[in-house]
Amino acid sequence: MKVNLKVWRQKNNNTAGKLVEYSLDNISPDMSFLEMFDVLNAELIRKGDEPVAFDHDCREGICGMCSMYINGRAHGPQTGATTCQLHMRSFSDGDTIVVEPWRARAFPVIKDLMVDRTAFDRVVQAGGYVSVNTGSAPDANEIAIPRTIADEAMDAAQCIGCGACVAACKNASAMLFVSAKVSHMAVLPQGQAERKIRAERMVAQMDAEGFGACSFTGACSVECPKSISLDHIARMNREYLGAKLTSENV
Amino acid sequence: MSWVTQTLSSSLGRKVIMSLTGLFLSTFLVVHMAGNLQLFKGDEGRAFNEYTYFMTHNPLIITVSYLLYTSILVHALMAFVLTRHNQASRPVDYAFKRPEANSAWSSRNMGILGTVLLIFIILHMRTFWYEMHFGSVPMAEYDGKQYKDLYTVVVAAFSQWWYVLIYVVSMVALGYHLVHGFQSGFQTLGLRHKKYTPLIEALGTYVFAILIPALFAAMPIYIFLKANNFIG
Ligand code: HEM
Ligand code: SF4
Ligand code: FES
Repeated sequence: MKVNLKVWRQKNNNTAGKLVEYSLDNISPDMSFLEMFDVLNAELIRKGDEPVAFDHDCREGICGMCSMYINGRAHGPQTGATTCQLHMRSFSDGDTIVVEPWRARAFPVIKDLMVDRTAFDRVVQAGGYVSVNTGSAPDANEIAIPRTIADEAMDAAQCIGCGACVAACKNASAMLFVSAKVSHMAVLPQGQAERKIRAERMVAQMDAEGFGACSFTGACSVECPKSISLDHIARMNREYLGAKLTSENV
Repeated sequence: MSWVTQTLSSSLGRKVIMSLTGLFLSTFLVVHMAGNLQLFKGDEGRAFNEYTYFMTHNPLIITVSYLLYTSILVHALMAFVLTRHNQASRPVDYAFKRPEANSAWSSRNMGILGTVLLIFIILHMRTFWYEMHFGSVPMAEYDGKQYKDLYTVVVAAFSQWWYVLIYVVSMVALGYHLVHGFQSGFQTLGLRHKKYTPLIEALGTYVFAILIPALFAAMPIYIFLKANNFIG
């Protein structure tokens, strides 16, 4: 199949970028979207042009690197999937496809489609951990956790930190990501000791990074490749307000 | 910064202020609606005028009304602060976006809907509240007691088709604001639960976004039709 691409090209964070048009023939519908970009880059290199910089690593939907805003949607037209899991069969022959980087103040563009997502790392460093020596693995069932709670924690822990929630949100809010990280520890016994300070610190860091506030449009959850639920945002609000009202930190 | 100001100036705290003021305004709507149903009584406005007298003389209601004015101001001010902050969080926008693919129109346009409501509230208060408190309202006498005849002011305003039209459009905006806002307000407070969220959503949609705005819109329409002798 044939596709026309409009790809965001930007040398670095200090220069202005623009959409550049490319067209590719002989694209197999079975190629992944990233493989299509590999074909484009091979062609650019052959012509002596600079290849398009884009992030990717696992190419199997678990690392969260492949950030691309495709035809107005984070990770493209599919839901519940990353860009590496998107295939060219989701498009029609002759389609024009616009590809842009994630847009957020907290995610500055490094080059072309690559953005700096270390803001997420700093949010996690602010409290997304359990700082006790866990020792060796405890015996199974030594710590009783009801199945529903375990499921809830695991659902939240599925977040791969891809940033699609921020990219899709009209406010560039990181609530879905941060709430997933707050949630999966807030519901488990191991997370109790630092429950309040975690919510307080992670929200403070989220704000310091320059993410927007939550309008509950739900766009994040729809575009999230792991379909993280809005329940977690409500829980984080509850955790944060509860912590602010009752913690020892004045 | 003390923990209080720190909490209230965080992104979550600001939303809590939006939510508390917004939900308070929503409860006020129910009271305001119930009282104004007196307009439908075919008694030349007696019940309505007695009701407005009560509302402007009861000390408890007067206290709550100051809370109400404050809520409107704080809600609108915080809406402005939040909207600016949210816009600044994405300094460079996408060239191509399809927001309709993942979210409802009302949820993305709370600011525009709210601005319509703010303009409406100013107009509404100028026409009735200002006249009642500072203007010259004709008097009516029931059982030897003098009452301000706000009913006549209401009928005069609603006899004009364009004034009625502004009300109807504003009530549509109110419906869209609340179809998202009511349930969102609860989530902002962290109140989301399998058992109650479906109830809150149903209440927000059928009562706050449909029934209440429809009844409010029915008042100017009814009075317009009556004043212009379309109905008896
Ligand atoms: C005075 C004019 C108004 C303006 C400028 C305004 C603006 C806004 C904005 C921008 C939001 C969304 C905040 C966000 O997305 O994060 C909002 C939420 C809300 N508004 Fe208003 N609004 C106004 C009037 C009203 C009225 C009259 C009511 C109720 C009768 C109301 C009830 C609500 C509720 C319940 C929310 C949800 C709060 C939340 O999401 O936590 N608003 N308003
Ligand atoms: S919540 Fe979903 S969209 Fe957001 S970073 Fe995690 S996996 Fe990605
Ligand atoms: S490359 Fe790892 S999730 Fe797409």
